[in-house]
Amino acid sequence: MNLAEIYRRDAWHMRWSLYISFVMLAIGGFYGTLQALDKMGVDLYRYLPDPLYRYYLGLTVHGVTLGWMFTVFFIIAFLNLVTIHGLRRPLASPGLAKATFGLAVLGAVAALIPTFTNEASVLWTFYAPLQAHPAFYIGLTAIVVATWTAGINAYLTWRSWKREHPNVRTPLMSFAALTTWAMWALASVGVAASMLFQLIPWSSGLLAQVNPLLNRSLFWFTGHPVVYFWLLPAYISWYTMLPAQVGGRLFSESLARLVFLAFIPFSIPTGLHHMFPDPGIPHSTKLLHAILTFAVVFPSLVTAFTVVASVEEGARRNGGTGRFRWILRLPWLTNPAVSGQLLGMVLFATGGITGIINASYGMNLVVHNTMWIPGHLHTQVAGAVTLTWMAASFWLIPLLTGKKLWSVRLSTLQVWTWFFGMAIMARGMHWMGMAGVPRRVHLTYAPYALFDEWRLAGWLVGAGGVLLFLSGALFLYVIAMTVWFSRSPAQVEVPEAKPLHPVERMPLVLDRITPWVTVTVVLIAIAWLPSIYRIATTHPYVQGWRLW
Amino acid sequence: MATDIDRYELTWIYICVVALLVLFGVLLYSAYALGIHVETDVGQIHPAQVATTPPFDQPGLRMIGPDHYEAVIVARAWVFDPPEIRVPVGSTVTFKLTSIDVIHGFKIPRTGINRMIVPGQISEVTHRFDEPGTYTFFCHEYCGSGHHIMNGGIVVEPR
Ligand code: HEM
Ligand SMILES: [Cu+2]
Ligand SMILES: [Cu+2]
Repeated sequence: MNLAEIYRRDAWHMRWSLYISFVMLAIGGFYGTLQALDKMGVDLYRYLPDPLYRYYLGLTVHGVTLGWMFTVFFIIAFLNLVTIHGLRRPLASPGLAKATFGLAVLGAVAALIPTFTNEASVLWTFYAPLQAHPAFYIGLTAIVVATWTAGINAYLTWRSWKREHPNVRTPLMSFAALTTWAMWALASVGVAASMLFQLIPWSSGLLAQVNPLLNRSLFWFTGHPVVYFWLLPAYISWYTMLPAQVGGRLFSESLARLVFLAFIPFSIPTGLHHMFPDPGIPHSTKLLHAILTFAVVFPSLVTAFTVVASVEEGARRNGGTGRFRWILRLPWLTNPAVSGQLLGMVLFATGGITGIINASYGMNLVVHNTMWIPGHLHTQVAGAVTLTWMAASFWLIPLLTGKKLWSVRLSTLQVWTWFFGMAIMARGMHWMGMAGVPRRVHLTYAPYALFDEWRLAGWLVGAGGVLLFLSGALFLYVIAMTVWFSRSPAQVEVPEAKPLHPVERMPLVLDRITPWVTVTVVLIAIAWLPSIYRIATTHPYVQGWRLW
Repeated sequence: MATDIDRYELTWIYICVVALLVLFGVLLYSAYALGIHVETDVGQIHPAQVATTPPFDQPGLRMIGPDHYEAVIVARAWVFDPPEIRVPVGSTVTFKLTSIDVIHGFKIPRTGINRMIVPGQISEVTHRFDEPGTYTFFCHEYCGSGHHIMNGGIVVEPR
């Protein structure tokens, strides 16, 4: 089979998943800009019709479309492609792929209808006992189930590949995709349990009361690792593609594998760091999560070295010299598929530092639930991850449609403006957070808002938000023009980095996922089960409320 | 270990491991030697029983020792009961908080007081107010359409 042939059967669902994820980006980004302007006391909501003018409806739309939908649709498409390319074969089950796509679409529609009709203004974290329309919970659950079926399809594809290649190591790309699915399969159990056993029966009237702390814990069981579910596809691009895109090689394949595998055990027993200021949980349990949180920093620290070293190697092979001058050899202004990723990494580094602050037990109390937190999360998911995905889209869309990218110059302008927009907005958010401004607040109308004191910070948030709006519109324009009007055939292939040192031997555990999953199950049992069991069996259950 | 790991890469890994071990150490030291602790489990109370169970049946301020007060505050959409508390400067205040409806928050900027208020749970936090002035507190967890108006104040009066 020639290369293009192996994607042919699956191209339609990957393409449509990407399109849908971009539509979600557009919807969510629109409200994002209104939110950013609210932080400088400018209210554009009043020009919207009922019920869309409501701040918390908009914030729910922003969180749900971006956090649960833009991400999931993109991830499913991207991991499918990576699996297919890595194993050089189409997905094992076209039926399952179709079912995955259908389920995700139905889930998104089911969750968004009540959101837009103001039946589900509970934000993307849906903390009980705020009670939304059952379709909201059912829709989100369907999206989670779609991620499972996508993961199963990747596994089946790997299994049939393995039957034909019993003695060959799984290629890095597909191995990384499989570790991502394995991590997520374990991580998503929390939200799934909360939905299936509490929120869905309760909102449908089958259950009178739910346990707020239990559902909050189950949410954060999934809510922290979900960020690695967003991040790992970007890591796949940084490790297995970017070195090739800059003409270099991957520094070390075994280390890359270790990094991906390390996310399985370390991402889940850490979620309580989102709940340090919560009652009802002893601090010994919180301390355990605080310690494990530092462990999950490890794979990202390794990444900082390995990825930068691989990029440096490429730059030097292209004639880069000097201690730092090689950086200028990189295609910052000529290849948006590369510069988007590099700019994303710059944001990621700043977010790594703010992340360590968030996770630090004591300092957390200063920043918890302030604007600092959206500042951190926008450098990470909305910055590093989104920029990397935008950069990848500049070759993904041509690959899947056969049409050449509409404009390299506009695409370059796009990633740079997104970078500056995010950097400026996040700077303002961090600043506001330090001044004690709470997040998730319709600030323009908050009686305690001190806009005079926060003026500069608020202006940065607003200005960053407007720049992001323009950049987002430019992204959609480039993609739409490529899909609709590009006439030249695309000449792209999936970038695939070769290792610098070919590996003959590698410890077997770096080609196995099961042992890591086993360790993880034990760690989860230690870190989560006792407190979840105690809360579920001894803490109060309460009625639901609709307060919007 | 595998043979393809570079010498510099390995050095970097050792540096990272040491840095993380130091962070662990700092964390354990601050928790056990300095006694810096975040919120812990101080008990539960069902929202339906809040109105009849001490101390939440009588929200407000009472003295529990020399210069030491207990402030009992009940949160509900979208008010704190009581919304205002007055204490003399230099007082230590132990806040006891709970909610009778949904999750709320409690933050006083510039004091390090930052707590979640979860229905069914009791939150507790203690702080000494050494500077006179008005300290605004507000709800920092989304609790419905009036979330942004949910606030109150602590007036620390000069002696
Ligand atoms: C046009 C670009 C964007 C702008 C201007 C923007 C702006 C904002 C602002 C101002 C907030 C804080 C709202 C508040 O706390 O009151 C926020 C929250 C948030 N944003 Fe964005 N954002 C953008 C893109 C993104 C993207 C791409 C993602 C994810 C992939 C994202 C995910 C989130 C999440 C998860 C929250 C937290 C929502 C919550 O607290 O419930 N944003 N955004
Ligand atoms: Cu509140
Ligand atoms: Cu609130």
